[in-house]
Amino acid sequence: MLHYILFFSFGALAVAGAVNLLIQKHPISSALSLIVVMGSLSVEYLLLGAEFVAAIQVIVYAGAVMVLFVFVIMLLNAGVEEHEGRGSRMAWTFGFPAMLGLGILLAWLLARRDPANVPVPVGAMYGSAKLIARQLFQPYLLPFEITSVLVLIAIMGAVVLARREE
Amino acid sequence: MVPLGYYLVLGVILFACGVAGFLVKRNIITIFMSIELMLNAVNLTFVAFAAHWHVLSGQIFVFFVMVVAAAEAAVGLAIIIAVFRTRETLNVDRVNLLKL
Repeated sequence: MLHYILFFSFGALAVAGAVNLLIQKHPISSALSLIVVMGSLSVEYLLLGAEFVAAIQVIVYAGAVMVLFVFVIMLLNAGVEEHEGRGSRMAWTFGFPAMLGLGILLAWLLARRDPANVPVPVGAMYGSAKLIARQLFQPYLLPFEITSVLVLIAIMGAVVLARREE
Repeated sequence: MVPLGYYLVLGVILFACGVAGFLVKRNIITIFMSIELMLNAVNLTFVAFAAHWHVLSGQIFVFFVMVVAAAEAAVGLAIIIAVFRTRETLNVDRVNLLKL
């Protein structure tokens, strides 16, 4: 019962944050509501037993990435967005039919009652840092090293792109 | 004991909000944040399926998605700074030329 209460309260908080991201005109308000979404998603991860993922969700996403976003918004002094016209034509021709398709998928998932809809066991913390590390440094060692190279390239690319050209 | 379908529905709702923000918003930073929201929705489905099938690979993939998202945020924000420096605007409707 407690799991349901936690799931629905934090799920509603995440959805409210996502909707608020759409409604707000100022980018800094959107960034703060995205932080709310990420924080409530970390609680959902904890409910699924993924404690390591929940921790790095808070540290990396809600911490590092969103601080970067807020920093850039303040650096560029981004103001209220101005709307001219009715938005892009692509959005009206392709985007909203795609949204409709996602809505149909949602309704189908809600209406479906089959054996795949079995409960997720909660509380057993099998996503601990020890188990993750054992997986990460044995079978997934090569992808892990490749991502470290990727991050290095991304750091250099960010420095090169953001540098002021003389 | 929350069923798997509920997590998937939450993921679909968050992903749809991200798609809507990507299409409707005109500020380049907000569009970028919508992409992050979509990545988060995908991460939620990864973790839900990992818990459902009792395999840890889903959480490893979430780890990799987070690494790629962090790298993408760094490079993307650098590009946004470069765009703002040359165009003096963050509105994507005004950024319609490859070369000035």
